[in-house]
Amino acid sequence: MLKSGAALETAKMDPIDLSPLDPLVEPYLGKKEMVIPVLQKVQEHYGYLPRPAMEGVSRLMQIPLSRLYGVATFYAQFKMKPRGRYIIRVCKGTACHIQGSPKIAERIEEILGVQSGVTTDDLRFTLEEVACIGACALAPVIMVNDNPHGRLTPDKVQAILDSYE
Amino acid sequence: MSAVKLTLNGKELEVAAGTTILQAARELGIDIPTLCHDPELPPNGACRLCVVEVEKARSLIASCVTPVAPGMVVQTESERVISARRSILSLLIANHPLVCIICERTGSCKLQDYCYRYGVTDSEYIGETKDLPLDESNAFFVRDMNKCVLCGICVGKCQEIVGAGAIDFTKRGFMTNVGPAYEDKIEDSTCVFCGLCIDSCPVGALIPKATIGKGRPWQVEKTRTICPYCGVGCGIFLHTRDGEVIDVLPDFDNPVNRGHLCARGKFGWDYLKSSERLTSPLVRSEGVLIAVSWEEALGLVVDRLEEISSRFGPGALMGLCSPKASNEESYLFQKLIRSLGSNNVDSHSRHCHAPAVDGMMKAFGGAAMTNSMEELVSAGAIFLIEADPLKTHPIIGYRIREAVKKGACLIAAQSEEAGLSDLAVHYLPLRPGSAVALADAFAAVILEEKLHKPEFINKRTEGFAAYSSSLGPEIVNRAIEQTGISEEQLRLAARAFATAESAAIISTAGDNAQEGDYRLVTALTNLALLTGNVGRENCGLYLPYSENNLQGSADMGALPAVLTGYQPLKEKKVRDNFSRAWKVELCEQPGLSAAALFSGAEKTAIKAMLVMGENPVACGDQHQAATEILRNLDFLVVQDLFMTETAMLADVILPSAGFAEKTGTYTNVGRRVQLNRAAIDPPGSAQPDWAILAELAGWLGFEWDYDGPGDIFAEMAALTPQYSGISYERIAGVGLQWPCPHPEHPGSKYLYEGRFLRGLGLFTPVGAADQEKLPLSHDESCSGVCGEVPCSCLSDSMRNHSVISKLQ
Repeated sequence: MLKSGAALETAKMDPIDLSPLDPLVEPYLGKKEMVIPVLQKVQEHYGYLPRPAMEGVSRLMQIPLSRLYGVATFYAQFKMKPRGRYIIRVCKGTACHIQGSPKIAERIEEILGVQSGVTTDDLRFTLEEVACIGACALAPVIMVNDNPHGRLTPDKVQAILDSYE
Repeated sequence: MSAVKLTLNGKELEVAAGTTILQAARELGIDIPTLCHDPELPPNGACRLCVVEVEKARSLIASCVTPVAPGMVVQTESERVISARRSILSLLIANHPLVCIICERTGSCKLQDYCYRYGVTDSEYIGETKDLPLDESNAFFVRDMNKCVLCGICVGKCQEIVGAGAIDFTKRGFMTNVGPAYEDKIEDSTCVFCGLCIDSCPVGALIPKATIGKGRPWQVEKTRTICPYCGVGCGIFLHTRDGEVIDVLPDFDNPVNRGHLCARGKFGWDYLKSSERLTSPLVRSEGVLIAVSWEEALGLVVDRLEEISSRFGPGALMGLCSPKASNEESYLFQKLIRSLGSNNVDSHSRHCHAPAVDGMMKAFGGAAMTNSMEELVSAGAIFLIEADPLKTHPIIGYRIREAVKKGACLIAAQSEEAGLSDLAVHYLPLRPGSAVALADAFAAVILEEKLHKPEFINKRTEGFAAYSSSLGPEIVNRAIEQTGISEEQLRLAARAFATAESAAIISTAGDNAQEGDYRLVTALTNLALLTGNVGRENCGLYLPYSENNLQGSADMGALPAVLTGYQPLKEKKVRDNFSRAWKVELCEQPGLSAAALFSGAEKTAIKAMLVMGENPVACGDQHQAATEILRNLDFLVVQDLFMTETAMLADVILPSAGFAEKTGTYTNVGRRVQLNRAAIDPPGSAQPDWAILAELAGWLGFEWDYDGPGDIFAEMAALTPQYSGISYERIAGVGLQWPCPHPEHPGSKYLYEGRFLRGLGLFTPVGAADQEKLPLSHDESCSGVCGEVPCSCLSDSMRNHSVISKLQ
């Protein structure tokens, strides 16, 4: 490393409470093969993988940050950016598609002003598309966090979103 | 291992089971193209270029990951194979900027070569291409990931061999890239700039800045030689064009580094072309240095030396020899000083390593690492104590990593944060200054639990009774208190060390002339003797020196009391032998040591000094004493590459040649004598030190007649039992390890098989608590010669004129 290395991004970011990290990682110390479960735990706690937390995991697990980052960016399940309080998953499975899920997605995008994969500026919603959530009988269906909302039409969307503050 | 018969391109052959098709083909000299294959990394079958057609197999098979099977019939260049390779190449260049006309790797690019071989001119696949920014902010190399073919070799080298972990594959699919986490710049990552990634990149994605625009591969001359920095002595190839070094590549056939380098070896050579190099002899006239001819400078040196010698006697002359000088130069240097009638010849830097030198001398009778680096990878356990080899001797660090991969148990005891501790089975973070207590506690536990080697101790050592009685149970308790390590941890680690089939001990503490370090070295020699981990393969005590030829310059007798090969000056037979060969009378009286001179322990009568490449004024905490002594001399001559702090005080400065500008041999810390070859001319009228010495000797009236360094080596070898079987012819390829007593001798991998140099190995109680001074083998005190950091002040003067000064 160079003497004049730029300060890590850490300094610029909002402070992140790293105290929960130790107990999260503790059960996996010395088990480098458990890197995915560790990252899942960390994401479960923070909602995404903040860089300071990744650096903490790297230090605690003695796994290079490059390797952690490689794993985290390979799997779609890991999020490198903060996510909304509510994750909207629009089902794009075959049944939902036939029942008009593109129109549902369009309506949500219109209301929130964000594309799929993006979080609203107020960190309220993150909009995602998923292949199939396994509730075809309810098609077209969306999930908001763990709550399914089925048999949707575009005009029902506003009320549903309004119910999540 | 059973053998397997197969047919390759119609030829039948038999190879060991488990051999891959690729390896079998290479044995036959069949060239199967590969991009992602590297012999020292696990095959990953990523590039698919190595596909071959195997009879009865449904599809083409990647030969790098497929072991041979009995009766296999393989075609490596069938129509099907060629067509597949064309498709793969076509896919690769679909997303590879075809800027070969300006690419530095044109002519040494595998992708280009294979496209040429299979006639692939452009891609039939048109699609998206990468458009990534170049990473060129660091001082060393440019990363152009648009050219990357994702072979993964650089990732393997960085993660598995070096352990820097700076880069990895990131993202996936089309977005897959190789780089640091978060797309950081390489200089903000954990990169150590060892250059292994550059040297193994099959395409032009990684290019050293110094080589850009300096020449095509076919215009470059390659000279096989040795890195001038630390004592490891890595084999390198100097790439030169028009008398200028433009790149350094590692020597893959050198057993010392096997194709590995560190930042110093890869990038540290540019001091050679520094504008601050001395290019002409300088003479001080009325306080001002003026450039003069060699005749004038040497004339003055001769006049003044003769005048001082006749007025004060030859004992008023002293020479300081650099551990960076070649063996030939060190040999000539002490020959010159001794021919002038003085034994005042020494190396100042050597005394920075006094604890290692003295401690090993005392216990074994010889001051060399007992085993060689090549053996480290086969050690059963490695006890790393107060050492950070990844910083001081990176290749040793790589070898430890390799050993751990092969199953060695690493015990790391450090009082400061150091590399490799992540690999340690037993990590023992010490409180500062408690390493001796820990080493002694290891011994106490080993004795108490009867894990020592009584047979070895009885047959090969002395002093055991006094030693063992010094290791009561209180030693363990005291260690627990001092180190902060729990008893359980301590015992587990001591057991792991003692019960390993073979265990190596590595420390760089001996690189400081600190009192505690004498004690630590002694504790470690004791520990090696106690567990029988010396005098056989894959174990031993490793106290590596920080300068490239510290071993050699001592071997060459640039010491006050011994001649070459440590032959004692006090023995008449030895003196007679050298007198006959040199045609001069040798003085019996041992000379003054550098330590004694600079510590002021003795009131010296030194009036004139010859300093060859040494810089005592800049070295350690005695620089004030050194400055004073040198300033008060009647006459000071300094041979150097740069206007060092010491040269500033000189009356005459003679410009000398750097390592790439002269031929000679260096002896590494594993006693491997290696040939360093001149690749370029020195700047201006600078001369190799050996040539300066030979010229000076002629002016002084000595009949030296050398045809070149080879001649000097031959004369030295004939006088030096350890070197007598070594010649330039024998070390033209890889070096030989002394002792090598006759021309058929294969060299010695490790020392003290059957016998120590002093006869029996000597135990010396350290006594972790008492502060009394240990009896030293030399009659001088060396304490406080240098600072607290491992001494490498001579490397520093090279480093300070190089791009590597930007590294931590």
